Amino acid sequence: MKVPDSPDAVWVDDDAGPVVRHYAMTLGRTRPTRGEFDLITLVMATRPASSGEFGLQPEHDAIIRHSQTPVSVAEIATRLDLPVGTVRVLLGDLLDRGFIRTRSPVPSTHLPPERVFKAVLDGLRSL
Amino acid sequence: MAFAPSDADGEILPVALKIIVAGGFGVGKTTLVSSVSEIQPLLTEEYLTDESVGVDDTSGVEAKSTTTVAMDFGRITLNHDLVLYLFGTPGQDRFLFVWDELSLGAIGAIVLADTRRLADCFPSVDYFERRGVPFIVAVNCFEGTAKYQPAEVQLALNLDDDVPVILCDARRRDSAKETLIALVEHAMRAAWGHQDEPAPV
Repeated sequence: MKVPDSPDAVWVDDDAGPVVRHYAMTLGRTRPTRGEFDLITLVMATRPASSGEFGLQPEHDAIIRHSQTPVSVAEIATRLDLPVGTVRVLLGDLLDRGFIRTRSPVPSTHLPPERVFKAVLDGLRSL
Repeated sequence: MAFAPSDADGEILPVALKIIVAGGFGVGKTTLVSSVSEIQPLLTEEYLTDESVGVDDTSGVEAKSTTTVAMDFGRITLNHDLVLYLFGTPGQDRFLFVWDELSLGAIGAIVLADTRRLADCFPSVDYFERRGVPFIVAVNCFEGTAKYQPAEVQLALNLDDDVPVILCDARRRDSAKETLIALVEHAMRAAWGHQDEPAPV
């Protein structure tokens, strides 16, 4: 962030942290209103990046922009440089409005079928 | 490959799986992840610290603070409907709680070891043994380090006989790839008692 030389502005340097706190971005919410978002839940936008939907925050738009092809929650958090918890709340908003589709990983209580392991092996061997 | 229901209609998204890369600080986790990954990001997450866990909400905001944890992660697109993610665990013991989230639903874990500082991987080995997560130990062969045989490492770490110990060079893509394959094969043996024969359908 560029810091002007005005004495009133010097406290807003990088050490001061983000100017917009993460909880402000999520309107104080710590959990998404909808959906379970694992780190590796895959997300894909249902509309083009430039559609400019009403009522979205810049971070929502950024998620739509970055999920034109399937990406994980972890990748979205990295690209937006936001903590995963914040991203989960924003994703819940987008899911609510039908702006994204998601696919959860294999449920953690179930082992993936053996054919999935075989597909992983085949994929790794052909890297 | 649609074994888990898609969460929505329309075109089915790929499904993601994950593998954990653990081991002591500076053992080569970042190197291993980046030598096979299509991307090279660092993930950060904020967690409430232990002080707030189990504490009633009204008991005082001053007891709550967040800690930021950074972990490496990488992606390997295996085919059009399978994506594999690799997560490097945060090295310090105080971040062990992050491992619970990472290890949930993981195929298994690679514990990287440096024979000059073998004790550094004890916490990882303990953790995965206790949690029943399939894991292998991969000895990262740094240049100029004394070579130990896998059997010696297995003995030194007091591992069960069925836990594979392999040698690897985390900098080399083919070696990192072989390490991942060794883990998946081990996870299959752990689950079904064999690795490569076709399953009766």
